[in-house]
Amino acid sequence: MTSEALTLAEKVWNDHLVVKGENGSPDLLYIDLHLVHEVTSPQAFDGLRLAGRPVRRLDLTIATEDHNTPTWDIDKPIADITSRTQIQALRTNAAEFGVRIHSLGDKEQGIVHVVGPQLGLTMPGITVVCGDSHTSTHGSFGALAMGIGTSEVEHVLATQTLPLKPFKTMAINVEGKLRPGVTSKDIILAVIAKIGTGGGQGYVLEYRGSAIRELSMEARMTICNMSIEAGARAGMVAPDQITYDYLKGRPHAPEGADWDAALAYWKTLPTDEGAKFDAEVFLDANTLDPFVTWGTNPGQGVSLLDSVPNPEDFKDPNDRAAAERALEYMDLTPGTKMKDIRVDTVFLGSCTNSRIEDLRAAAAVIDGKTKADGVRMMVVPGSAKVRLQAEAEGLDKIFKDFGAEWRFAGCSMCLGMNPDQLAPGERAASTSNRNFEGRQGKGSRTHLVSPLVAAATAIRGTLSSPADLEGAN
Amino acid sequence: MEKFETYTGVGVPLRRSNVDTDQIIPAVYLKRITKTGFEDALFAAWRNDPEFVLNQDAYRHGEVLFAGPDFGTGSSREHAVWALRDYGFKAVFSSKFADIFRGNSGKQGLITGIIDDATIEKIWQALEANPGLEATVNLVDKTVQVGDIQAPFEIDEYTRWRLLEGLDDIGLTLRDEQAITDFEAKRAAWLPKTLPARGA
Repeated sequence: MTSEALTLAEKVWNDHLVVKGENGSPDLLYIDLHLVHEVTSPQAFDGLRLAGRPVRRLDLTIATEDHNTPTWDIDKPIADITSRTQIQALRTNAAEFGVRIHSLGDKEQGIVHVVGPQLGLTMPGITVVCGDSHTSTHGSFGALAMGIGTSEVEHVLATQTLPLKPFKTMAINVEGKLRPGVTSKDIILAVIAKIGTGGGQGYVLEYRGSAIRELSMEARMTICNMSIEAGARAGMVAPDQITYDYLKGRPHAPEGADWDAALAYWKTLPTDEGAKFDAEVFLDANTLDPFVTWGTNPGQGVSLLDSVPNPEDFKDPNDRAAAERALEYMDLTPGTKMKDIRVDTVFLGSCTNSRIEDLRAAAAVIDGKTKADGVRMMVVPGSAKVRLQAEAEGLDKIFKDFGAEWRFAGCSMCLGMNPDQLAPGERAASTSNRNFEGRQGKGSRTHLVSPLVAAATAIRGTLSSPADLEGAN
Repeated sequence: MEKFETYTGVGVPLRRSNVDTDQIIPAVYLKRITKTGFEDALFAAWRNDPEFVLNQDAYRHGEVLFAGPDFGTGSSREHAVWALRDYGFKAVFSSKFADIFRGNSGKQGLITGIIDDATIEKIWQALEANPGLEATVNLVDKTVQVGDIQAPFEIDEYTRWRLLEGLDDIGLTLRDEQAITDFEAKRAAWLPKTLPARGA
């Protein structure tokens, strides 16, 4: 019997097929893990109530509060009434249906995409969904992880399955060795700039190559997290020893014979030799610079050593019009060196870059340095646990001595659903994932950067990398 | 869900590409816990601009939207679909949609049809030359008629069938409940379980 060579994504998909779709109808896939937060779930629970349906698998469902939660004064009632109502709705729904919840103040609370991996719930070869587009983060374990809408949240709560259309596969090959000061954030910003915000549409991306293999789990999470910014349905990295070492011993990781059985299965997951991808992209890690965005979508990025582009240079009329609009919104002139762009705020946080490794990297850059005059820096750990760990390592002291705000965990200024917003016209270097118009507050201007660039920018006041600091204070 | 066959309403030219869901509905409007009443939130930032297309009398009651490529990118918020629907839109046409947005639209009965950029450009010109011109969306034969222009559009067959029949997804899936139960019986023991809760 010959077996067909398959990609990682195809293997996970096939192993979750409940019903194979026929005559153009979608496949029905089983969902192993459903993560829930307060913003995209209230209407889903309402739907269940109206139909008199229970949650089918409470043991595969977990909720936390992240988008609306304040990052100061978390022991006080939430001041914003609509935010408080939404969080209260999640608590009420969780209690009524029996869903496990980690609320503000709980040590397992945090950004849903930081909490899942931290608890050891995210594992290779599983299917993960959440009413949140950055669910793609979990693909870094070799899971098939997809963001869904509220109707689908209700669907998964009711049936633990989702009807899904077949996907195409794209290999993102990143070969070589990253230079010092260049990180996985720069890889993904460069990939999105290369393929565009719609380039991954319909595809599950698999990040491959020697540069990816060397990355830590945190760094892989950063890459997979932003797969959605390329329009992809999911992004994945094959599991390897780095994955297993990260998982082993976590609260919900398998133990004993279960671990052995899991490991044996996980080792079958990497893409078979000879498996065909529907598309391939290549990126040279050796020559990559720190990458930053200049525009209002994550595909509008350049090397930090480069300048603001001229819209005239875009061939496609839609791209040209988008660039013109973006430069007007961002108040930037073509030809301005990226390194000459002055920022008001530096935001270190979000499901893209708020894990312990991100905080360590930024702290190492600012340790003993002085913050630029007039620049505000906010540090928002991804979870209560990350915050505790950072404090145990003394990172909070480094941030506070530098003059940064050391805050409590949540999505915070990534999307400003809580009070953490930029003022109109304010400009930020942000380690988050979206530089859309108004994303971080009405009229806000966002440059997406890595934690290293964020830290160096806080010291110099203009977009900078650690390499620019030699000889500085 | 109501059955959809044909619909005629005012066509709106939205000459923008990469209309992400943060533009369709900013995050501050996502705090509501209801599923309706989002019409005021649609394109909230852009509606402050008197020149914005929906602020012009001819297009104010628009029901069929024609947009540039990469419509609905970014956040998975289904609120984007609710806002379009609550405002009165029955269909959106673009050369390219983000996957999650498209999926969400299908659940709410909002038609998302794919039409190539060149044809969208012709339709934009027709709508701009004759503001208030109506568009007729025909899901049965997959065409949209705007003045003299009759354009075929693409929509996946399964979604089209569901919309034509007005079928609800959960009901359809529960027809396969036995298959789900059978699948569950064979799942491996090592797979993650959120309960009983284990913390460190």
